[in-house]
This record gives sequence, structure tokens and C-alpha cells, in this order.
Amino acid sequence: MPVTARKTYLGVPRDRVENFHGKQLVYVSWDHHLLFAAPFLLCLSPQTPFGDLVQKALLPLLQADPDAAAIDWRQVEWLKDNRPWTPDFGRSLADNGIGHKDQLRLRTPGLDSLYRVH
Amino acid sequence: MDMKSANRKLSLKDKYRLFTRDLGWEPSYRTREEIFPYVQYEGIKVHDWDKWEDPFRLTMDAYWKYQAEKERKFYAIIDAHAQNNGHLHITDARYLSALKIFLQAISPGEFCAHKGFARVGREFPGVGTQVACQMQAIDEIRHAQTQIHALSNYNRFYNGFHAFAEQRDRIWYTSVARSFFDDAMSAGPFEFMIAIGFSFEYVLTNLLFVPFMSGAAYNGDMATVTFGFSAQSDEARHMTLGLECIKFMLEQDPDNLPIVQRWIDKWFWRGFRVLGLVSTMMDYMLPKRVMSWREAWNIYGVENGGALFKDLARYGIRPPKGWNDAEEAVDHMSHQLMLGLYQWSFGTAFHAWIPSDEDMDWLAKKYPETFDRYYRPRWMHIRKLAAAGTPFKNYGLAKLCQCCQLPVVFTEPGDPTLSCHRERVHQGEKYHFCSDHCQALFENEPEKYVQAWLPMPQLFQDLQGDLTAWMDWVFLRDGEDNGDYADSLDRRNFEAWRAMATSNQ
Repeated sequence: MPVTARKTYLGVPRDRVENFHGKQLVYVSWDHHLLFAAPFLLCLSPQTPFGDLVQKALLPLLQADPDAAAIDWRQVEWLKDNRPWTPDFGRSLADNGIGHKDQLRLRTPGLDSLYRVH
Repeated sequence: MDMKSANRKLSLKDKYRLFTRDLGWEPSYRTREEIFPYVQYEGIKVHDWDKWEDPFRLTMDAYWKYQAEKERKFYAIIDAHAQNNGHLHITDARYLSALKIFLQAISPGEFCAHKGFARVGREFPGVGTQVACQMQAIDEIRHAQTQIHALSNYNRFYNGFHAFAEQRDRIWYTSVARSFFDDAMSAGPFEFMIAIGFSFEYVLTNLLFVPFMSGAAYNGDMATVTFGFSAQSDEARHMTLGLECIKFMLEQDPDNLPIVQRWIDKWFWRGFRVLGLVSTMMDYMLPKRVMSWREAWNIYGVENGGALFKDLARYGIRPPKGWNDAEEAVDHMSHQLMLGLYQWSFGTAFHAWIPSDEDMDWLAKKYPETFDRYYRPRWMHIRKLAAAGTPFKNYGLAKLCQCCQLPVVFTEPGDPTLSCHRERVHQGEKYHFCSDHCQALFENEPEKYVQAWLPMPQLFQDLQGDLTAWMDWVFLRDGEDNGDYADSLDRRNFEAWRAMATSNQ
């Protein structure tokens, strides 16, 4: 639905990828691990290998959770755009098809120290 | 020569006529459409502006007299509060976090309401409406001023009060209230009246002001109680204006109903999200608590709001769309948000803290279905991390909702263990939301919300993620304004000064 207005109403999106100095945003969250109050916002180059996103950007942030050390990264189930998805750790974000502002979710069934998952 | 006046005193009815309705005139050389260009484009049909009733029949001369009297009383008490070291009479300095959030997020909102009412007072053609809006415009600027003056006394002694105006524009959590008011101020005059006059003043104000003012009284803050009282009589008038406007629209033309209903749905949900900040204040930030957020919701939301919507049902209005999801969220939102405020407290101009055992037992009693099951384990773990010397700071900045701009701390309806993920692509850009309702608001007016200035992504645009530069830019003094209350300067000072005032040290 268009905005009700007296003239043509044009909005300019503020968070377009070209405003991020060659980088892009990626959101990552760990399902059922709400010690982290909201999904993380990461700002990375599209050339970053996916493995670096996990090891260098994400893993340090996850340390506060008692389940962090027990994550088996070969077993993690991933979702992108809320659909099952398999990343290639050796390839870049761009090659993995991770676009600007995409939301990745990881699932680790069986790990729920702090959470009474239904 | 003496003039003879037949009747010195006008009757109230004559005075009202002369001071309000009689001020209007029929234009002779411009059309009404030229003079009031904004009154039709929203689609609201009005056939007779004279049907607008002003139940208060207040005229400007009486208005000035009442307001001047209230101002005199207010400033006398504020003076006494300052001279009597009123800041040492509060329960303890944790209470100040509630005041800081109020000053940074809500008082500037009063000023926005002032600007909005000044504008719609010009845009509405009916004289009764114009006069009522003019008075409310003056009320709102007075509220902003009295709040700033009352809280300026605290600024002399405590951190976090010093840059509220800049922080309103720049820091992240205030963007929740700011975007609410920006959205309202950029709407047409009728929608503005629903947003502020109806949703904010009528449906939600009791959930903001009543707990806040009672909270102030319970915690010994006479300055805040005083601005609350001074504003209260105005609020009654504002609520009446909001309700009058909605009934007026619904009575003027049946075509207005679907437009009004869509605005009610929108502004109820937007207001409910702003109240998320209030829920943390009620459940966590008041050392001496008045009632839980859940209890306040039951009284002011369920009972009062329910009665109101029953009353409006005869016009065909149903309760707002988000009502049921709101009801479910009430048992979770204060905990979800406070856990966030704690882990991001390196970036807040107020202090957060880990609740004590006593606090947690109170929360468990007030939230028997949710606190022990979902939230106590997280707080206990956070306490363990603090005790081990590795306090929990979440430097992973948060995903924000494109619409309400809150960090997406909310969970799936029906599953409080899972984040609510909602996204949508609009013209090639991806947008994220905290809930179905915020997503629906976006889809109704995407062009409006694509422009949202979201503080977290902005940090990576202008400052390329430099947290220190960001703190300077938002006037946040690291180690003074932010962080855990437990080792804050505010706490040390308050306790030292109070000891000096109450003992012979």
C-alpha cells in the first residue's frame, strides 16, 4: 500500500549496501539461546570466508553462553532467510550467497543449558 | 466621559461563544480548500465541523489563570526540593535510571507533541478544534519544560542527565520513542490526533504516567511527583480531546470507519512497543516497586482499555489487532528488555544491574508462569559471570526492528525460547521486524519506514563501527554514565552523601 500523501511520496532507504564502505551487514542468531538478547549485527566484507565469520566474528561473541564450547560446527544446522541452508566454510560470504542484511540462524539440538526449550 | 457597560460580567456561555466559536469567520477571497489544504487528503469525510463538541468549554483567559496557578505551586516545590537536598531522600540511586530514561526518551516527546498540536491546530478548520489544539500545544511545551526543570536538580549531582537533548537524537534506545513521534508528526492531522490524542493520551497514558508518578512517590522523589500532579489536570483534557476526535470522525461518515480502525491498530501497537521501556522501569528499576507491569496492564490495559473498546463497538470499532499478542507479551517483555539493557549497558546513559535474590523472588511471585522458568536461569548465569570477574557485555550489536526500532528481543508468539524472525524484501532491500504487527505496519506504508534511521547500522556507516568515537558523538562518558550500577560513581556518591546526611561521619 502506498503512503497516503498529497504528492508523490518517495522514501530513500538509509541502509543500502553502498553506504557501508565496501562492507555489508549480516545478522546471526543462535536459536533457543536467548542469553544473547537479540540477533547479532555483524559488518563484514563480502569477501570474508564463511569460516572467518564463524571463528573470528561470531565465536568470540558466543563465549558467554555455557553451551558455546560444546558446539560441534560440523553438526550445526543452519537457516538462511528462515529456510534450511548449508554453508561452505571455505568460500566467501558472496560465494555462499549471503546478501546484505541477510539473517543467518544456527541450531544446535540438544544444547540448552540455560533454556527450557519446549 | 464614562462608558456605560450594560453587563460587566459575561455569562460562561457567552464568554465561551465569544472566545472560541465567534473567532471563526467565513473566508471571502480564498477558498476553504486553499486555507486548509491538509484536511482532506487522508480520506476522512467531515460534513459539519460545528458538531465538534468541547466538553471542557475552557476559554483562553481561564486557561491562563489555571496554568499560572499550577506553575507557581510547581516552582515553589521544586525550589524547596533543591534547597532541602531532595535528591538524598530517594530510596537509592538505582531509581535515577528510570528518571534518565524518562528525560532522554519521553520529555522530548512532550516537545514533539507540542509541535504536532501547534500544527494540527492550524490545519483543522473547526474553531472548537483549533482552540482545543492550541491549548494542548501550550500544555505539551509546559510539560517538557517542567520535566526538564524538575530533573535538572538531579543533573547537579548525578551522571547521565547532562545531554538528554543530543541523546534523544543520537543514542540507540531513545530512537524508539523518537520514531514514534516522528511517525505521528509526519502523518496528516487526523492520524496525528489518533496517534497522540487517542492512542497515546487515552489508551496508553495511564500505563506511562500513573506508574511513573506513583513510582516517584513510592521512591521519595517529590520533584517528579510535582510535575506529575501539575500535568495531571491537563491530561484529563487531552484524553477528552482524543476521545472526542475519534467519536467525531466516526459520527461524521461511515466511510471513516476503516481508516480509523487501521490507525487504531497501528498506533496501539506502536504505543505498546514504546511502553516496553516502561515495563523495565516498573519491574526492575524502582527500588521500591508500586506494582508489576503485569498488574498495571491488567488494570489500565485490560480493564480500562477493554471498557473503552466496548464503548466504541457501537461505531463498529473492534479492539486493536495486536491486542492478543500484546496480552501474551506482557509476561515476558520487561525481562526480555532488561536482560538486553544489562548486556548492552556499556552503551546506555543510565545504569543497569543484576537483580538481587529478593528482587528475583518478587519477580517470580509476580510472574509465576514465566520468570523462574525462562528468565531466572539467565540472570543467575549472568551473576556467575560477574562473580568470576568476567561480567557479561554483549559487544555483538543488536538487530533492530525497521518499524519500532527496538532491538529484536521479542520471541515467537507461543514459544518464549525462540527469537521472532520476520523479514521482507521491498524493492530489492531486505528489512527485519520484531513481530507480525510491526511487519504489517511496514507493509501498509513501506515508503515511510524504509527511511528509518536505525542507530546500529548507522554506527557502521558514519563511524565505521568505532565504539569510542560513537560514545563521543552521543555524549556518553565511558565509566561515568554507563555500565553496571554496582560499581558506578552514582552509587558511590549517593551512598557517601546519604551517610553524611544521616550520621556523624
